[in-house]
Amino acid sequence: MAGANPTPSEYIQHHLQNLTFGLHPDGTLGFAHGAKEAADMGFWAVHVDTLGWSIFLGLIFTFLFRKAAKHATTGVPGGLQNFVEIMVEFVDQSVKDTFHGRSSLIAPLALTIFCWVFLMNLMDLVPVDFLPALFMAMGVDYMKVVPTTDVNATLGMSIAVFFLIIYYSIKVKGVGGFVGELTLQPFGKWMMPFNLLLEGVGLIAKPISLALRLFGNLYAGELIFILIAIMPFWIQWALSVPWAIFHILVITLQAFIFMMLTIVYLSLACEDH
Amino acid sequence: MNLNLTLVGQAISFAIFVWFCMKYVWPPVMEAMQARQKKIADGLDAASRAARDLELAQEQAGKQLREGKEQAALIIEQANKRANQIVDEAKENARSEGARLLAAAQAEVEQEVNRAKEELRAQVSALALKGAEQVLNASIDEKAHAELVEKLAAEL
Repeated sequence: MAGANPTPSEYIQHHLQNLTFGLHPDGTLGFAHGAKEAADMGFWAVHVDTLGWSIFLGLIFTFLFRKAAKHATTGVPGGLQNFVEIMVEFVDQSVKDTFHGRSSLIAPLALTIFCWVFLMNLMDLVPVDFLPALFMAMGVDYMKVVPTTDVNATLGMSIAVFFLIIYYSIKVKGVGGFVGELTLQPFGKWMMPFNLLLEGVGLIAKPISLALRLFGNLYAGELIFILIAIMPFWIQWALSVPWAIFHILVITLQAFIFMMLTIVYLSLACEDH
Repeated sequence: MNLNLTLVGQAISFAIFVWFCMKYVWPPVMEAMQARQKKIADGLDAASRAARDLELAQEQAGKQLREGKEQAALIIEQANKRANQIVDEAKENARSEGARLLAAAQAEVEQEVNRAKEELRAQVSALALKGAEQVLNASIDEKAHAELVEKLAAEL
């Protein structure tokens, strides 16, 4: 993709390509040069940019909140502590309103999800060419800076939530209770296979929908930013700015939805019938 | 990929977006945070003020209690003093009244004695006159002898 003048479709494809590291078909490890090579690596590859940025943003979140927590006073909170307290109160209230079981995991989990997803979404507001151009100057060909536009990232999180759903279901209801919930309703024990099919789909749909909702929203948003970026440079602001302003809402909302649904799913898992 | 004017276009957009955030997104967020800070500060203030008020009130109450006790002690002392005084006065009154009554009785007794003496004197003079009249068995001028009898009675 080092052509002097990429066509719009090349430009878009380039922007949607992750920096992939993995096993080439010929058995050597290395970065993929182009979408074709990345696809050839199959499953055994990692998106270095997705991992790198998500870890980096996660560290920012952890560092900031840790700092605020360590310097917390019981008096009037300063700027950072005030902000962190607002976030924690907000998440805690959401959890209290929705989750009625007792668990020391749910609230921190919800806080982490909300802040992390929000930060990852926030990268969407950085102009689409800024960071890729920076990394290009450092010799990195591909750089997708919004981790949540990578379905691997969102599915990774939702699968973690999925395991938590199963863990809490079994912890609260026992193995028998959980299996019973999957097979004995809604139609009673003579319809077991059918029940299992229905409930199984319902169970699997939770992480899938959780991941794809976030991914779809952010991917679409990013794509529109990219589309705007191939317009003449003097008119871009007319579309890009309103879209960015609208996106402030979208990224917050998506982070909130991901958090809320996680709480709701875990709350359902903890509920005894 | 190459660097071209797209980057400039994005820079323009980004600048406008940042300006927009500065102008319309940041201030309300900041305001909310400051409002929260103020609320907390006010709450803490109120709490410390209440604690101070409580301390003051307790101090005040202690002081008043002490004053009350002092006053009560004072009143009791005064009452005791007054009671003693009343008793003393009553004793004094009784004593003087007794003395007065005694004096009055003595005066009356003296008067009675005088009167009895007077009466006795008169009867003696009459008796003496009658005795003399009988002794002489003759009419004697009462007027002429009254002076004599008076002199006799006064010597009694």
